[in-house]
Amino acid sequence: MASATPLITPVVRAERTDNPIKIDCRNINVFYADNQAIHDISLLIPDRAVTAFIGPSGCGKSTFLRCLNRMNDTIDIARVDGKIMMDGADINDPAIDPVLLRSRVGMVFQKPNPFPKSIYDNVAYGARIHGLASGKSDLDRIIEKSLHRAGLWEEVKDRLAAPGTSLSGGQQQRLCIARAIAVNPEVILMDEPCSALDPIATARIEELIDELRERYCIVMVTHSMQQAARVSQRTAFFHLGKLIEVGDTETIFTNPTNQRTQDYITGRFG
Amino acid sequence: MQQHIVSAFTDELDQLSATLLRMGGMAEAMIRDACKAVVKGDTELAKTVIRRDAELDKLESECERGAVRVLALRQPMASDLRMVIGAIKLAGTIERIGDLAKNVARRSIKLDDSATKASMRGVKTMGKAVSRQLKSALDAYGRRDARAALEVIRQDDDIDSHYNALLRLMLSYVAEDPEQIDSRANVLFIVKNLERIGDHCANIAKVVHYIATGKQVLSEAEIALLASNASSED
Ligand SMILES: Nc1ncnc2c1ncn2[C@@H]1O[C@H](COP(=O)(O)OP(=O)(O)O)[C@@H](O)[C@H]1O
Ligand SMILES: [Mg+2]
Repeated sequence: MASATPLITPVVRAERTDNPIKIDCRNINVFYADNQAIHDISLLIPDRAVTAFIGPSGCGKSTFLRCLNRMNDTIDIARVDGKIMMDGADINDPAIDPVLLRSRVGMVFQKPNPFPKSIYDNVAYGARIHGLASGKSDLDRIIEKSLHRAGLWEEVKDRLAAPGTSLSGGQQQRLCIARAIAVNPEVILMDEPCSALDPIATARIEELIDELRERYCIVMVTHSMQQAARVSQRTAFFHLGKLIEVGDTETIFTNPTNQRTQDYITGRFG
Repeated sequence: MQQHIVSAFTDELDQLSATLLRMGGMAEAMIRDACKAVVKGDTELAKTVIRRDAELDKLESECERGAVRVLALRQPMASDLRMVIGAIKLAGTIERIGDLAKNVARRSIKLDDSATKASMRGVKTMGKAVSRQLKSALDAYGRRDARAALEVIRQDDDIDSHYNALLRLMLSYVAEDPEQIDSRANVLFIVKNLERIGDHCANIAKVVHYIATGKQVLSEAEIALLASNASSED
């Protein structure tokens, strides 16, 4: 008859993210003047993996993402409480130079925003500011490597002097990724990086993100749940400024624990 | 459960469930009638069972097409995804049950008068037990009831012991009177088919459990393997 061994096993997870933790966020609260946008969120973000933030518009995804490179510092009415540790060091420590921090933490925005400069100068910009190149040939090498990693080299190598804005939308976004990569970041933040792109350009960016995760800690906000499912290993679901559920992407999309997560990802509210 | 924002999505999933339940109801009736055909020697009834199998096949393809459509057009997630994947498996399993009921009906036509009362009683009891199993499994599906599904899985043991008892009975008949082997073999295949239907009911229940909870139910073999792994670890 029935043995004492339980009949049920948890769902087997294909991809475990037992990578070391890169960013440890503890009890984060964010206020815009009197309006609280983030409520006591604690979250561990693994290195060399893509963590996706999903949730309805206005739930605080971008606000939380901007905490990770202190971009909220630039908003006068914004106040951030709590601790964010990157490799064990507090990023809000007054001793930390926000400019240096932002070279460790690159950011890619929703709308591709190349500078009104040549393709070459777009990528060279950060490397020059941070003095990463020892000379012209060194800079050339950095440019080529970054464009390679961003999957753009073959398409632009013969027209590096052309303006960045002459590229297609998808190419411009890859140029922005190359620009972010050029300063040797450890973390890349992306805020809806594909929402202005067509499906083919989106697929190329997703392919690129999948390659980049071997080297970087990537955190991505996306309004497309399918995109989160396709490219991330961890998914965090936000709702009304709270972190409702975080887990392996596969689990979140096949068997989430929380009813609100379930309702959101199955399209029952939004 | 709350409705989808896109109400056509909810409708399509409901439609899928309705088709499955209809298939299940048909399979249940086929088992009942096939067993009745065996016990009463009703060849006409047996033939209707054989004909109904084609209808079940059609519904299975309808379910599959519906499921593929939902996957392609709606990209279902979480419980919806489990529901759609489950629907494909359930449709296939119910179709198999239909095949087995058809086999029982076919065999019933070949049976001669020599079948004993005891073996007919056995077929009747087993037939009742497996159609009850199928009904419970379908009820569990209709309610997405994981506990009821586990109950169905546990009860499969009862059907297996019915089967073993009948098997021994048939073998003793054959030993007594080897001349009758063909007719005994027919009865034996009939109960074997019923036993297989019981297994499929348990499979339905496993799928229902997965749809309801996202967790897979282990087979006996997997339980044994896990247990041996656990003991070799310490
Ligand atoms: N610069 C700002 N000033 C004031 N309120 C803001 C600012 N940015 C965002 N908010 C508010 O904070 C909340 C969260 O916004 P946001 O982080 O942009 O959400 P999401 O990225 O999930 O759409 C919203 O209520 C929004 O109105
Ligand atoms: Mg946003």
